[in-house]
Amino acid sequence: MQRFADLFESLDTTTSTNAKVDAMVSYFRGAAATDAAWATYVLIGRRPKRSVGPALLRRWLGEEAHLPDWLVEETYASVGDLAETIALLIQPDAVRIAREAPVTLGGWFEQRLLPLRRLDEARQRAEVTGWWHSLDYRECFLVNKLLTGSLRVGVSRTLLTRALSQLFERPRIEIERGLIGDWEPTAGFWEQLASGSGASGLLHPYPFYLASPLDRDVLELGDREAWLAEWKWDGIRGQIVRREDQCALWSRGEELITEVFPEIVQAAHWLPPGTLLDGEVLAWRGDAPLPFAQLQKRIGRKTLGAKILADAPARFIAYDLLELDGVDYRARPMRERREQLERILRGAPPALGISQPLGVPTWAALAAERTRARELGVEGVMLKSWESPYGAGRQRGAWWKWKIDPLVFDGVLIYAAAGHGRRSNLYTDYTFAVWRGETLVPVAKAYSGLTDVEIRELDRWIRAHTREKFGPVRSVEPLYVFELAYEGIAASTRHKSGIAVRFPRILRWRKDKPAAEADTLANLQRVLAAHGARTELPSSA
Amino acid sequence: MDARDLVVATQRGLYCAAGDFHIDPWQPVPRAIITHAHGDHLRGGSTHYTLAAPGLGVARLRLPADANVTTVAYGEIFTFGGTRVSLHPAGHILGSSQVRIEHEGQVWVVSGDYKRDPDPTCALFEVVPCDVFISEATFALPVYRWAATSSTAGEIHDWWQRNRERGVASLLFAYSLGKAQRVLAELTAFSNEPAYLHGAVASLTQAYRDAGVTMLPTLSATVARSREYAGALVIAPPGAAGSTWVRRFGEHSSGFCSGWMRVRGARRRRGYDRGFVLSDHADWPSLLRTFRQTGARRILLTHGHSDTMVRYLREQGVDAAALATEYGAEE
Repeated sequence: MQRFADLFESLDTTTSTNAKVDAMVSYFRGAAATDAAWATYVLIGRRPKRSVGPALLRRWLGEEAHLPDWLVEETYASVGDLAETIALLIQPDAVRIAREAPVTLGGWFEQRLLPLRRLDEARQRAEVTGWWHSLDYRECFLVNKLLTGSLRVGVSRTLLTRALSQLFERPRIEIERGLIGDWEPTAGFWEQLASGSGASGLLHPYPFYLASPLDRDVLELGDREAWLAEWKWDGIRGQIVRREDQCALWSRGEELITEVFPEIVQAAHWLPPGTLLDGEVLAWRGDAPLPFAQLQKRIGRKTLGAKILADAPARFIAYDLLELDGVDYRARPMRERREQLERILRGAPPALGISQPLGVPTWAALAAERTRARELGVEGVMLKSWESPYGAGRQRGAWWKWKIDPLVFDGVLIYAAAGHGRRSNLYTDYTFAVWRGETLVPVAKAYSGLTDVEIRELDRWIRAHTREKFGPVRSVEPLYVFELAYEGIAASTRHKSGIAVRFPRILRWRKDKPAAEADTLANLQRVLAAHGARTELPSSA
Repeated sequence: MDARDLVVATQRGLYCAAGDFHIDPWQPVPRAIITHAHGDHLRGGSTHYTLAAPGLGVARLRLPADANVTTVAYGEIFTFGGTRVSLHPAGHILGSSQVRIEHEGQVWVVSGDYKRDPDPTCALFEVVPCDVFISEATFALPVYRWAATSSTAGEIHDWWQRNRERGVASLLFAYSLGKAQRVLAELTAFSNEPAYLHGAVASLTQAYRDAGVTMLPTLSATVARSREYAGALVIAPPGAAGSTWVRRFGEHSSGFCSGWMRVRGARRRRGYDRGFVLSDHADWPSLLRTFRQTGARRILLTHGHSDTMVRYLREQGVDAAALATEYGAEE
């Protein structure tokens, strides 16, 4: 753990990407295979199932630090990170620290953290609080980080794969391939990653190629004919892997969603073995997609009843062909991949569709077509160069997403809560309201969109203009108006306002606008009537 | 608030009616007693200022040239109206004071900003027994606990040396009044090499030298060339971070000296490579110890996490309340 703590400190105390890559390479060089595998697992942002809940940890913390629970809560709200709060509040015991035998990262997981799940609460408490007192600040922080969630240390996936690529002297794309999908952090895994042998399991997908937001006038892309234009469907991006006699469906978040969409997987068995498709999972009825909210009902459900399957039948709309007859097609141009895609999907079952190119001949006509996106329930238009290979990650230039402009409304800031991580001790989680007659009704929460300077200014203002405090939340004078963008709107019985908006974020701080001129609930209800999903969004929206 | 309270919070600042004077007012008043020269405590426009003699040099740099200032020695008793007043070291920065006010057998002390840790640039905090203690509460959360200053200074020195081995400048951001000089003084235990100063730090550092404080030799970082800064230590106010001024140093490592650096998120959000936990304010244990040592039967808290401390003290059976002021939470 000492070595991993050193690595963490190196990563945490520099903003230079080269220095971070160097630190990782030197850690991996000196690490045993098991530890290296666990370090990779942790740095990529994975975490094992939690064994002890945060509420329990906070209670134990109050007892161990001899502080009342409310003060622990208030301190935690200010620090914004539970592991750090624990490490800061516990007085380390130098004698016990000196007595503690060193345990490696792999040892921590395999001998201590994972077995914790099988203990009863009293023994969990004894174990965990025992660690608190016998670790120095750095290790105490890290162990609690591993216990409570993922470790955020400013290392992107790209940076990690760069380090591994340097370490193993193999191309980054191969490393990516080895890290995708489901794997266990074992010595065996690490050795496979190192050698490239069997680096991918039978049913592993490829790294997803991502489009960048179109940041220029579409005319600057040149000849319209050089570009494939298609709808940007509003579903879950996924890959179908069909190899030997098996099939798997993966989401872009690299989660296996095979069991959530049995009708798609069943249809995928129709494909010839050795086929890999990229596409979008959609809820579909007749010849049109259903709103995203319908699809969301399928996710996160343990069992799929007949009703849900009938209410939100799923369909896979293919964008691209990545593998055919077991041959990797990614380096071939889009033109060729598309031809083959159309050929193999001829006569496919209805649950396997194809994303049709938009056959409009000019940019102007395409721009006109794009204005229909909202009414068709799509997010905009995708533009892909006919010459483009299927890359990995977000490589700019060949694939663009040309989304429709978001919907907007002006809301009044009424509540604020402190953020987490780098926003700890700053009021950055805002609730916005619109007018219903003389009262303000909350309609959206937003966390992003302000600059650091604006965040600090607003934070000072919030502290000075607090009306009431409810735990970590403050209500403030309804003074400031913010322009908020959002992607969709739906009726909701779970929200007091009766509506739920999707992906709200702040566009602008409208200091020029008095609160009285913010939007009304009636305005939003009109938008709901015009564009709204006819179904209820889950409360997380 | 009790009508017989000796000091009350008013629109213009803390006010003592019995002596007809304000303490660190944020609007112009006829008579102001100043605890120290930080911008949120010392503001221009008042008719007359009283402050502790060691703080005169820095206060003069921050007041209009014609400001009417009287200095007193620490412990020297003077009378304002019916009150007997004296200033006592607060250990915050050079010349910082607590204000002791005695009236009809009652003693009130206004702490201003203070710390209990030894600091080579100013006199050590003096415990002044009193009935009512008006305290700051900047770092009144139990996570704020300071390590010994020498170990933090050692960290700064190690960081500087490691950067020097890599041939890059060490850009240390520290408040230009107090913290910058404290770092320069603490580093004399490790080095006698010169440090470069941002213009905003230079004049205040000279005022400290004039007051007899021993610090590292210093040079001005006004030259726009980058070669000579390789491996050097540069001290600048936090406001200079991210400005074009920083470009002259080329590749560098950045650090920030502040009590807020105790929390990782606070450092990460400011984008510094390193955070050094070094504060001129009392930490949580020092606040509690000081309340106890003054023997005060009542504690009033001004700026910072005052609500938290009030609730905590009340649960411990201490008579405590918050006073609304406009002092900042910056250091």
